[in-house]
Amino acid sequence: MARTVTPQKKILNTALSWTLAIIIFFPIFWILVLSFKTEGDAIRTPIEVLTSTWTLESYSIVQERSDYLKHFTNSIIIALGSTVLGIIIGVPAAWSMAFVPSKRTRGILMWMLSTKMLPAVGVLYPIYLIFIELGILDSRTGLVVILMLMNLPIIIWMLYTYFREIPAEILEAARMDGASLTSEILYVLTPMAVPGIASTLLLNIILAWNEAFWTLNLTAAKAAPLTAFIASYSSPEGLFFAKLSAASVMAITPILIMGWFSQKQLVRGLTFGAVK
Amino acid sequence: MQLKKLVVAAASVTLLSSSLASADTLTIATVNNGEMIRMQGLTDDFTAETGHTVEWVTLEENVLRQRVTTDITTKGGAFDIMTIGMYETPIWGKNGWLVPLDDLSAGYDADDILPAMAGGLSYDGTLFAAPFYGESSMIMYRTDLMEKAGLSMPEAPSWSFIAKAAREMTDRDNDINGICLRGKAGWGEGGAFITAMSNSFGARWFDKNWNAQFDTREWSDTLNFFYNMMSDAGPAGFATNGFNENLSLFQQGKCGMWIDATVAASFVTNPKDSTVADSVGFALAPDNGMGVRSNWLWAWALAIPAGTQKEEAAKQFIEWATSNGYIELVAANEGWANVPPGARTSLYENANYKDIPFAKMTLESILTADPNNSTVDESPYVGIQFAAIPEFAGIATDVSQEFSAAYAGQQSIAEALAKAQALTNDAMEAAGYR
Repeated sequence: MARTVTPQKKILNTALSWTLAIIIFFPIFWILVLSFKTEGDAIRTPIEVLTSTWTLESYSIVQERSDYLKHFTNSIIIALGSTVLGIIIGVPAAWSMAFVPSKRTRGILMWMLSTKMLPAVGVLYPIYLIFIELGILDSRTGLVVILMLMNLPIIIWMLYTYFREIPAEILEAARMDGASLTSEILYVLTPMAVPGIASTLLLNIILAWNEAFWTLNLTAAKAAPLTAFIASYSSPEGLFFAKLSAASVMAITPILIMGWFSQKQLVRGLTFGAVK
Repeated sequence: MQLKKLVVAAASVTLLSSSLASADTLTIATVNNGEMIRMQGLTDDFTAETGHTVEWVTLEENVLRQRVTTDITTKGGAFDIMTIGMYETPIWGKNGWLVPLDDLSAGYDADDILPAMAGGLSYDGTLFAAPFYGESSMIMYRTDLMEKAGLSMPEAPSWSFIAKAAREMTDRDNDINGICLRGKAGWGEGGAFITAMSNSFGARWFDKNWNAQFDTREWSDTLNFFYNMMSDAGPAGFATNGFNENLSLFQQGKCGMWIDATVAASFVTNPKDSTVADSVGFALAPDNGMGVRSNWLWAWALAIPAGTQKEEAAKQFIEWATSNGYIELVAANEGWANVPPGARTSLYENANYKDIPFAKMTLESILTADPNNSTVDESPYVGIQFAAIPEFAGIATDVSQEFSAAYAGQQSIAEALAKAQALTNDAMEAAGYR
């Protein structure tokens, strides 16, 4: 029986949702405002900030001082590369766990998730030394590999959840029709799981785009993505709020646009399996 | 004729390829501040002079510190030049991680580097990093508010005068705080300030046997004095204020006095960003009549990590960036007020620079800071606002967190000092000093 929602409850829920949304969005809004102010105006009281002159000065300085395009290109390659590589490895892994589970499958899934609980700084030195040995320090290849490894548990977990919703009988039928394992995954499973793969892909692009520990610690001048671009405008000795805000807006705009257009898939992806 | 053209063309190609072969691309890790950004803008001059090009990696101070430490301890080779400070240089120099800078060219005039800077950037008498700019700390105060309070700032005031002036300048109704000081946790933020202040109260971090000294009367006096003065005359929430927060308050006219890095003088007197630019005076950091003032000493310096493949080009860059020629280049492009201060003696003999309002006080502050004799009673360490041992950064961060918690009213001063004493002794014992 459907639950009845009283008008008062509906108003309360709406008000609460809007309040939460405004609180969450406010920092982005304020960054946007500060990015159009001078450094002098950016440190004034909120009312003075809003009523002072609007200017593109900070964007102009950031554009002149930094090679935005280089950082942007690196971000695109690293985020897309690590996600696609993760999907290529994650699909067969999730298939085996969803359709051919062993008694250790649950344990393996939990173990994979537990690797996300380790503080990244705990393995910084070993990873750094491996990167030096392999000659991939400050390279996009190195970052693609490390971000793929960092996000792989999430990719496999998400895909596993989707694959579990697909009836195993359909795959069995394909097998009886003579489909090989590769054909079964590529031509039967993957087309049915496209929405799930798409939302996994989108979420992991966002995670890789925003990753700031490894991308700062394993890069120098060549492979630094937009996270390093933002970090170059932060300073404990000197006011760079307006320029830092302009750099932040330039760094988050592409991913915000992508998130806006794909919000339906993202929400579906994040809530899949929650409601049966 | 045809043959002659061919020979000339061949010679040109050979010359060009040989010059390209000797041109390197240097990767330089640096900190994000006005001086360093200015240097980045002038790098074309270096490239035109030497043919070498430069790729900059600009990072926030704490991120930079972590990044270059990881690289140098693993011999990663990601950078050809690193921007480091007075804390790291003697430690890294001792470990053999840096290239000695004892063979710079005669034209560079290494003897012109201010002795305090050269001393702080050397280990065992060898220079391991060349100072790009140096700083001490001093009092920046509002001349109009001081006058309104009926007081006159001495050139070298005492802490008791500062406390009195702070209380009299405070005007809560008009949102004016008598004094703004760092209370924020972090060894380079509030930790640096309170350590330098404690020196003038006769306190020190360790006795000669590396025993922590937070259980002494001198430390109790320091913290109680600071807390009482800031509670009466400081801004609300001073426990979380660092350099930037205080700069912002001062520029908006909300501080009567601010004791902080000398480099801030150019910010607060810049009419573009500061609303009080035309009413700022300067004085030496206060003392307590014990022979030690509360000013610190710091330099951002350029060093070459041992093992770089581009040592010669890196030395050329360091000579260019820290030379008198560079100072003249900045002066020609952006005026004398914007040249990197605190590194070279000759700058303060330059007639053009003497006219800058904060030049004299900056130099005096630097000259009165001695990292080798920073405490009233003898101590086993070098450094004023830090002790130049590898363990200090971690210990001082924890200690400053305890102090900030006391400033915020989460615990008493006595509790904070007791915790600082215990954690410092534990850490020093674990590190094998005791």
